[in-house]
Parts: sequence; C-alpha cells; structure tokens
Amino acid sequence: MEALIVSVRAAEWRAQPYMNQSRKDPRNRWLGALALILALILWYWYAVFIVQNSFLLPSPYDVLLAFISLVKKGILLTDITTSFVHFGIGLGMALLIGIPIGIAMGWSRKFDAFLDPVVELLRPIPPLAWIPFAIIWFGFTSLSAGFVIFIGAVFPILINTYSGFRSVPRIYVEAGKMLGCTRSADLIRFIAFPSALPSVAAGIRIATGVGWMCLVAAELFGVSNSGLGMNLWHYYDLHQMDVVVVYMILLGLIGLAIDMIFRYWIDRHFLKWRTGEVA
Amino acid sequence: MGDLVINNLCQTFPRDDGTTLSAIDGLDLTVRDKEFVCVLGPSGCGKTTLLRMIAGLDAATSGEILLENERIAGPDPRIGIVFQEYSLFPWRTVIDNVAFGPEMKGMGKEERYRIADKYLDLVGLQQFAKSYPSELSGGMKQRVAVARALALDPVVLLMDEPFGALDAQTRNMLQHELLGIWEKTKKTILFITHSVDEAVFLADRIVVLTPRPGRVCESIGIDMARPRDRTSVEFAKFRRHVLDLINQPKCTLQ
Repeated sequence: MEALIVSVRAAEWRAQPYMNQSRKDPRNRWLGALALILALILWYWYAVFIVQNSFLLPSPYDVLLAFISLVKKGILLTDITTSFVHFGIGLGMALLIGIPIGIAMGWSRKFDAFLDPVVELLRPIPPLAWIPFAIIWFGFTSLSAGFVIFIGAVFPILINTYSGFRSVPRIYVEAGKMLGCTRSADLIRFIAFPSALPSVAAGIRIATGVGWMCLVAAELFGVSNSGLGMNLWHYYDLHQMDVVVVYMILLGLIGLAIDMIFRYWIDRHFLKWRTGEVA
Repeated sequence: MGDLVINNLCQTFPRDDGTTLSAIDGLDLTVRDKEFVCVLGPSGCGKTTLLRMIAGLDAATSGEILLENERIAGPDPRIGIVFQEYSLFPWRTVIDNVAFGPEMKGMGKEERYRIADKYLDLVGLQQFAKSYPSELSGGMKQRVAVARALALDPVVLLMDEPFGALDAQTRNMLQHELLGIWEKTKKTILFITHSVDEAVFLADRIVVLTPRPGRVCESIGIDMARPRDRTSVEFAKFRRHVLDLINQPKCTLQ
C-alpha cells in the first residue's frame, strides 16, 4: 500500500509509526510475486473451468493472444502516443492554470476570499459532466479530450498548491525578510514555493492519477481514431472482450509507470532535502 | 556610531473583548556599539516582542528605535537575527542557507560562496557545507543560523533565546563559541534569555525587564574578565546579585 500514501506536509515532529512504512524488507518481495502468480492462476482456473465463456471472462491465455495480435497489427504505439497527447494537453493546462491560481489564493487573503466561492462551486462538478461542453466548445478534437482531463487534474493541483502556500511556516518568511528578501515576488520564489513544493508535488501526483482515470471517458466520444480509451470502447463494440482486457491492463500499467517515474524524478531533483517524507 | 537607541517604546495588542493588552510600555534602552547586552526577564514579559520590533518585523505602537541615528522601519540589512526556533531553509544546503543573504543582494555565485565559506569556517562547519539542515543536530543548526545572519555583515546581531532548545552541554559550548565569534567580528549583540547563568556568562551588561507591561527595571554591568568561569566565586556573586535583582518587588510586580 506504500504507493498510496501521499504525505501532505512535513511536520517538525512526527510520531513514529509502529509499522514503519518507508522501509520494505526486500526479503519479503517474493510474497508480492507469489500473490501475483496466485491471482493469475485463480483467474485462469475461474475463466476456463467455471465461467467457460471467453466473452464473459477471457482467460489470461486469451488476453495474451489478443495482445500478440495487437502487437502484430502495430496499433498499440499509436494508441499510446494519442493518449499521451490528450493526457499531456490536459495535465499541461492544469499545471499552467492550477499552480498560479493556487499560489495567488495561498499567498493573498483577498484573492482567496475573491476566488474561493467560484472554486468551491466548480470543484464538485464531476469532470465527465463537462463532456457535452467539451464537444460544443472544442469539437471532436484532441483539445476536447484534453479539456475533460484538465477538469479532472486542475483541482487537486490548485488545492494542494493553495494548502502548501497556506502552511508555509512564518519563521521562514521572517528569516527571509531579515536576509533582504522583502518583495512579494521574491518571497514567493525563494521561500514560499520551495517550502510548499512537497504539497504541490503531492497535488500533481494526485492529478496525474485523476487525469489518467478521466482518459477513458474523454476518448469515449470519438475525438480520435486511436487512443487507449478510444480503442477500449471500439473493441467493446466489436465484442472482443479479450482485447478490452489488454487495454485495461495497459491503462493500469502505464498509469502506474507515470506515477513511479514522476515520484522518482521529483524526489531526486526537488525533494532531496526531505528524506523519507514522500512515501 | 553603531549605537542602538530605543526611546519610549510602546506596544499594545488588541484583545478579543475590545480592550487592549499592553506588552511593552515606555521602554528606553541604549545599546552601545560592539556591546554585548543580555535582556533578561520571565516568560511573557515582552522580550520577544521587543526583539521583533527592533528587527522591524512588528511595528511599535509608539516610540522609536534608532540605529546609527536612523529610524528602523521594517527589516533592515544592518540587523541580523537568530531565532529561537530552527529557521534554516530545509530545502537549501547549509552553504546555500548561509549564502542566501548575499544572493538576495544580487551577488554572483562565486562571491557569495566565498563569503558563506568564510562564515561557515567561523562557526566550524565547513565540512557540512553540502549537507541539508535535516542532517544536522540542533546545535549545528543554530551555528549555521549564526553564520547566515553574519553573512550580510550586519551592525547588530539580535538573538532570541537561540540556545533555548539545546541541551546544557551543547548550550555551554555554543555560548563559548559565540563569545569567540563576537570577539572576532565585533558586532553589537542583543541577546534575549531567561537564564541568569547564560546572561552572566555572556553579557557586558544585563538588562532586566519587568513583567507585562515590559519596561527596563534594572541594568547591571557584568564587570568580569573573560573567559568567565561558571564555578568561580566571582561568577557566583554576580549570579546572586542578578537573582536578587530580578526577585525584588519592583522587577516582579506589575
């Protein structure tokens, strides 16, 4: 469960958990591998001997064959690229808009009071409820898929940036002021942003997860001829459930890879100072 | 020249019930150039409030604070401060913390690292230049904080119970080191503490504040040669003298 724990704020003092979450015993890794193999066997046994219907539940072997045929067709790479374009547009826009607004609301009480009602009213609207307007505004283009992903990703980024800025310890701001960092822009750049970065990073991480989840729905309404989500629906329409499972597994694995790469990259380059804080 | 002059300083805070709370009321104090003054007083007597006003972090309700005959109105590069809490930027390495002030002044990388190196050497932590604050002990953090405050070469160094969170041994060691640094750099130091022992060990002069509202109750010169021996008879005499003073009615009653 390690990967699910997103620590939001570094406290000066933290109670040590009885179960230390940050260190996994490598000797216990085989347990995880064992569970995967058991799950695969269980799936195979259930599909082949109980369900006995590869439409209702394709077996792992059916899925493997479907995967091989897809690789031979050579469409997977196009699907992944297209989906990355949609995802990139959505996440990029969410970063460009969510971070500055989060900073402004976190730094200025006036701005917070001004924008808070709007944000709080828009935030609970599910991203998928925006699909009709995505189509009306952007047509059947990558932009409209990107827009749905943007809606899903922008709020976690905005809220976490905001709360990161709100919890910048006063002592750092005052220490900065005493050392000649007095302009607001400099205080944000040199003090508040680095201090809030763990929270901002946690927000981006949540946003990549939510955005990736929105992808399948965003591609559902036919904005492109390829894409992981689009082809998942396409093969569902063709009743090729084994191929649908291939796309499900791909979506899961790529989502996991994005999360791992992001965590590795951010920890290595920006959060070296916070040893063991981002789980 | 580097005198710090405080005239009739007052600070009141509004309370929830509409009345006001007077934290400091008519405080006068002059700290001479290169003098080491300890401000002594019980918790809640407005010591930290006083320091924050001198630092320019809080505005006084009335009265004035002058440094080199110029009024303090906001954070001033001529004043350095070491806080009681650990205030190092955890996202910066030790050397980048010390180089922060020079960086804000617009100095290039080479020049500010040269300065930071010099002050890290002064506090004896050059080998930790590349470490992050989370890797340092409490005493080391406060040493770096001193180096960081000195890197801008301020006239006055304000210290707000900087060793309060440290164990007794580390505390004594840092007091000793601070005197060495003071002798080398010849800064004016205004040091806040509630420890009589610490004040007698460090100060040229001890200023005792009254409890709320704070004002100067007594000012005692500690005319004792350094290095001072905490166990000597002379030290004990000064201690008793200061303890007697802070316990006399005019320094304890409001």
